[in-house]
Amino acid sequence: MSILVIAEHDNGSLKPATLNTVAAAAKIGGDIDVLVIGSGCGAAATEAAGVEGVRSVITVDGAIYEHQLAEEVAPAIVANSEGYTHILAPATTTGKNVMPRVAAMLDVAQISDIVGVESADTFKRPIYAGNIIATVKSSDVVKVITVRTTAFDAVATGGSADSKDGAATESAGLSSFVGEELAVSDRPELTAASVVISGGRGMQNGDNFKLLESVADKLGAAVGASRAAVDAGFVPNDMQVGQTGKIVAPDLYIAVGISGAIQHLAGMKDSKVIVAINKDEEAPIFQVADYGLVADLFEAVPQLEQAL
Amino acid sequence: MKILVAVKRVVDYNVKVRPKADGTGPDLANAKMSINPFCEIAVEEAVRLKEAGVASEVVVVSIGEKTSQEQIRTALALGADRGILVETGESLQPLAVAKCLKAVYDQEQPQMVLMGKQSIDGDNNQTGQMLAALAGIGQGTFASEVKVDGESVNVTREIDGGLQTVGLKLPAVVTTDLRLNEPRYASLPNIMKAKKKPLDTTTPADLGVDIAPRFEVLGVEPPPSRSAGIKVADVAELVDKLKNEAKVI
Repeated sequence: MSILVIAEHDNGSLKPATLNTVAAAAKIGGDIDVLVIGSGCGAAATEAAGVEGVRSVITVDGAIYEHQLAEEVAPAIVANSEGYTHILAPATTTGKNVMPRVAAMLDVAQISDIVGVESADTFKRPIYAGNIIATVKSSDVVKVITVRTTAFDAVATGGSADSKDGAATESAGLSSFVGEELAVSDRPELTAASVVISGGRGMQNGDNFKLLESVADKLGAAVGASRAAVDAGFVPNDMQVGQTGKIVAPDLYIAVGISGAIQHLAGMKDSKVIVAINKDEEAPIFQVADYGLVADLFEAVPQLEQAL
Repeated sequence: MKILVAVKRVVDYNVKVRPKADGTGPDLANAKMSINPFCEIAVEEAVRLKEAGVASEVVVVSIGEKTSQEQIRTALALGADRGILVETGESLQPLAVAKCLKAVYDQEQPQMVLMGKQSIDGDNNQTGQMLAALAGIGQGTFASEVKVDGESVNVTREIDGGLQTVGLKLPAVVTTDLRLNEPRYASLPNIMKAKKKPLDTTTPADLGVDIAPRFEVLGVEPPPSRSAGIKVADVAELVDKLKNEAKVI
């Protein structure tokens, strides 16, 4: 068996999600190559060569790949996929965008968001907002898979893989990059943070998220939000934790003013330790919390910040 | 321009689904069924484009059992013009759904296909991207804003870390995220009117589509359960527990 892992990167550096994806590939077993598609992505490729367990790093460098447009990247993945039995990418918004396009081009199914590897063709994945785990056996010759990164511990770095150039493709001419607005923050990324503090509808408005930010600063935490808080317009959607937002599994998750809707729990219930602060003692969030504090968040959160 | 909107009948988002006792599948007996929330947003966006004079016709397609007619009628009540049901008794996998949609796309020749980014039952998040690949057209996934400009469309996408805007040649596939719009409620007169709107039925076989499954669900199980912990009296006790018991800060 040979596995092709699609690197997640921003051209300048490799994203940690790649390390979790290589870990999932290692569970399948066989040779693991990493494909880095980008523009001026040499630094990311060098980093990929240091990922433990990787045989070769294949680089496809071209201007059309700079912004990871699916119409450009998918043909490049297909062009470099011959001979591989598995193609894996992290289930990030980049992986989710590109991989089904790859699968359809290869006329195979995609197995989305795997959380477990049973064998080379059988995988576990959550359905119905994580209320059910399905065991799925693929009958396709090539398995196209996206990996839920929180379910696999990152592999180490310190390896030394071979490097080679892959086949570049012509532009599909279907799409162009117009612009982007990325949130700038000194805090860790939500999906990579070891501590996450999230606010819900109980925060009442966006300004009050400053309370969480001051706790986050003391803990080196990322700040998240429930869908209710995002829908109410308190904070932008890239902060959303849940079925339709980000999936996180930090060492410590602090839910503040969050009731604990099914779709929020789907995004955080694999956290190691969960703390809930809510004034409603009947809130469902307390059913999954290791430590529950029934209190008014506007008193408890400043006290917490003081106590840290 | 013509817009094709794909909608799916799914278990209502308020239902907490559990596995059947024998572990063969989800227990959906008597569960309330609804239009998938992301699909509803797609219908709303198409209707708004029609109201803004950008779109001339909104065609709704669903693939599933006869009962999916209910969801098509819901979309018609929200303002779509006509419906197509691709009727099948089997539960189709995303690639097969994408192939059925490709066949309908070829027949209808729309300038845009709007659909949800994922259905809340399978949580696959694949079908729109697959359709775009099969049709050889561009894709604007996880859309929070759609702006049509002549022969192209600018789609603002919700990505990890923020927003990205891409320009796509039309025709293109756009899949919706939650913040694209807030769907309206259908008025009673519109629900009545929807009953008279045309709804054609076809089948995957009529469309010449291979719907063979590519994977098999061997079984389902509940996720590892998490039991409730303890209630702490105050912030001081909480900090003490986190430092000395859980050792996470």
